[in-house]
Amino acid sequence: MSRLQVVSGKGGTGKTTVAAALALALATEGKRTLLVEVEGRQGIAQLFETEALPYEERKIAVAPGGGEVYALAIDPELALLDYLQMFYKLGGAGRALKKLGAIDFATTIAPGLRDVLLTGKACEAVRRKDKSGRFAYDYVVMDAPPTGRITRFLNVNDEVAGLAKIGPIHNQAQAVMRVLKSKETAVHLVTLLEEMPVQETADGIAELRAAHLPVGRIVVNMVRPEVLDGADLELVRTTQRSAVAKALSSAGLGGARRGGNAEKLVDPLIRQAEEYAERYDLEHEQRSALGELGLPLHELPLLTEGMDLAGLYELATELRKQGMS
Amino acid sequence: MSPDADAHDRHRRLSPAPVLDLDPLIDDPGTRIVVCCGSGGVGKTTTAAALGLRAAERGRKVVVLTIDPARRLAQSMGIDSLDNVPRRVKGLDDSASGELHAMMLDMKRTFDEIVEAHADAERAATILNNPFYQSLSAGFAGTQEYMAMEKLGQLRARDEWDLIVVDTPPSRSALDFLDAPKRLGSFLDGRLIRLLTAPAKLGGRAGMKFLNVGMSMMTGTLGKLLGGQLLKDVQTFVAAMDTTFGGFRTRADATYKLLQAPGTAFLVVAAPERDALREAAYFVERLAAEDMPLAGLVLNRVHGSGADRLSAERALAAAENLEAVENLEEPRIVDQEGGKAGLRNSPDTYGSSESPASEAPAPDEGSPADPKNPSSERTEKGRSADPADRSVDQLTAGLLRLHADRMQLLSREQRTRDRFTALHPEVAVAEVAALPGDVHDLAGLRNIGNRLAAGRPELPEAAVD
Repeated sequence: MSRLQVVSGKGGTGKTTVAAALALALATEGKRTLLVEVEGRQGIAQLFETEALPYEERKIAVAPGGGEVYALAIDPELALLDYLQMFYKLGGAGRALKKLGAIDFATTIAPGLRDVLLTGKACEAVRRKDKSGRFAYDYVVMDAPPTGRITRFLNVNDEVAGLAKIGPIHNQAQAVMRVLKSKETAVHLVTLLEEMPVQETADGIAELRAAHLPVGRIVVNMVRPEVLDGADLELVRTTQRSAVAKALSSAGLGGARRGGNAEKLVDPLIRQAEEYAERYDLEHEQRSALGELGLPLHELPLLTEGMDLAGLYELATELRKQGMS
Repeated sequence: MSPDADAHDRHRRLSPAPVLDLDPLIDDPGTRIVVCCGSGGVGKTTTAAALGLRAAERGRKVVVLTIDPARRLAQSMGIDSLDNVPRRVKGLDDSASGELHAMMLDMKRTFDEIVEAHADAERAATILNNPFYQSLSAGFAGTQEYMAMEKLGQLRARDEWDLIVVDTPPSRSALDFLDAPKRLGSFLDGRLIRLLTAPAKLGGRAGMKFLNVGMSMMTGTLGKLLGGQLLKDVQTFVAAMDTTFGGFRTRADATYKLLQAPGTAFLVVAAPERDALREAAYFVERLAAEDMPLAGLVLNRVHGSGADRLSAERALAAAENLEAVENLEEPRIVDQEGGKAGLRNSPDTYGSSESPASEAPAPDEGSPADPKNPSSERTEKGRSADPADRSVDQLTAGLLRLHADRMQLLSREQRTRDRFTALHPEVAVAEVAALPGDVHDLAGLRNIGNRLAAGRPELPEAAVD
């Protein structure tokens, strides 16, 4: 199992949720995981229902069996100052640089530098050991940028090498790339059973592979339960509406004759079934398109009560059951 | 949830936010720019395209600027080639003599065009070949946002269209879109750049000595950090840019002012999901803080039900009732009374004249006898004796479970929306009913346009009480 698990996905597919559930799932049996956020959205804090995370590793959850989940929201500006301090003892200079807008430049505009800082911090956590030589974290899970940007984000080496051909940034990029392209890393993509996210997943996998980045698994999120199967849907097409009205009536929902309460339910219920059928066909198409990508597929259910902390544990259990952790 | 709570929800759904009426907005010749913004995955691009199509078919000369459209959506408008030029969309209903043009932003091309337009050939070549420029223009934080705004400014200046509908980039957060142009503009036009390019000039001035110290320390640090060669590239790049066309900030400011102008309207796009609406709320607040004119919220993928008087709980109870019958081999031990007793205790949400617990099934007066199931006459105890009946019971139970899911989804969406409305009760909302599939053609876009203009999800007639 790779120790750095990167979770990406199209916007709106719930990649933060999946990353958090994965961090919980990996933290069982006394394991310790670090969940990192790189986009400054405080999505993790919202998910775990805590106040905004500072730039520090902080325990946010315990997993069944004594495991622990830590979280870190990486701030590129603070990561850069950290880095300057660590390597050059430049704390004061950092502040001067900030005044001049150099830090802003370095972290928001300088090509690739921001990404080197963010991935660099995550890789540092992966490699970090305590005094006894044991890894500080068993796993690091990264809530990464969306599919459209993930390859560029992880492929810092290519981005930076062309610009900084020598110097510490260059070295840092090289070190980060060694971790990211090794078996220590797996990049997972979260999708929905909808056309656009599936297409983006396929494109994203092709890009990751072209950049020699290790593609992990596909997680299909928010899968709706199969209420009616293909045979049922065939029945919807062939069954007389009056027969459905009678069945509704016999279930205690009013009269089956025209204008009766049960009869009035038939059309809207059938219409909902037709919509369901259309979606069912689309979902099957998308599922087989995903199957062709040749990666392990995991499915997480749509939580009918919406996403909350309890739901997160539920998804973590599901991931464990499906062998993703 | 009890049927009472369900009825309460229904009542609340009729009251809240004012309805956003989009036709007057897109018909008004004073409306020159419509900006669609919101978080990723909420249907921003589709909304922009549908609105553009609708405005064109209502007689306006429209250009839609999309940033990163899904392939099939782009194909449906005939703009799948990335050439950064508006293309006329064919297949419109042009009876109102409107036109629709569409283009997809190529940010590198847009950046190159600015350079080519403002520099002589030699200098332009120097800039275009500079590695720092190549990286910057290929899309780092802010470039896409900046170029989208730049393109908007260009389209507006050409004055060939009377309405520009613009989609916004899929930013990290919705706010990047407003911040990035300024940030890039202020960087390219700012103090740091001046220091990098003209240290001697600044350092020579009295009182600026400390800057000179800061300067050498800084270039030293940046040099260490980035490698000296990158720093040199940056300096060359900036020098070339600076002497050919200064005033990036001026350009950024001009675009910014364009967004505040009276002819501009912002539409915040969201879906009835917690994260999307939270971003939408941030955006509403931010637009207000920046004096940008908000027209309202477009809420995509709203679900409705033609049978929303039947609560999830009752539908499930009824489904269980049908399945309980079906699972028993011996019809005589059907627990029908028990099932009905439960229902009898719950208030009748139908307001029906018929008791749901009526012992005898109602005669099927209105419809002709079922030709497929001649034996489908039901008796109280023998109703599941026929296998065909059993399959109908099973199917009906499935329909009811499906309905229960739908009702749960409805109430979840409503709770999410209520949270937004409580924060921003003044924001007008146009709801667009969820479609089962994606949009791939003009007919699909037209359909979305109709839904947008209706402002309320189009519900089947049965929904009208």
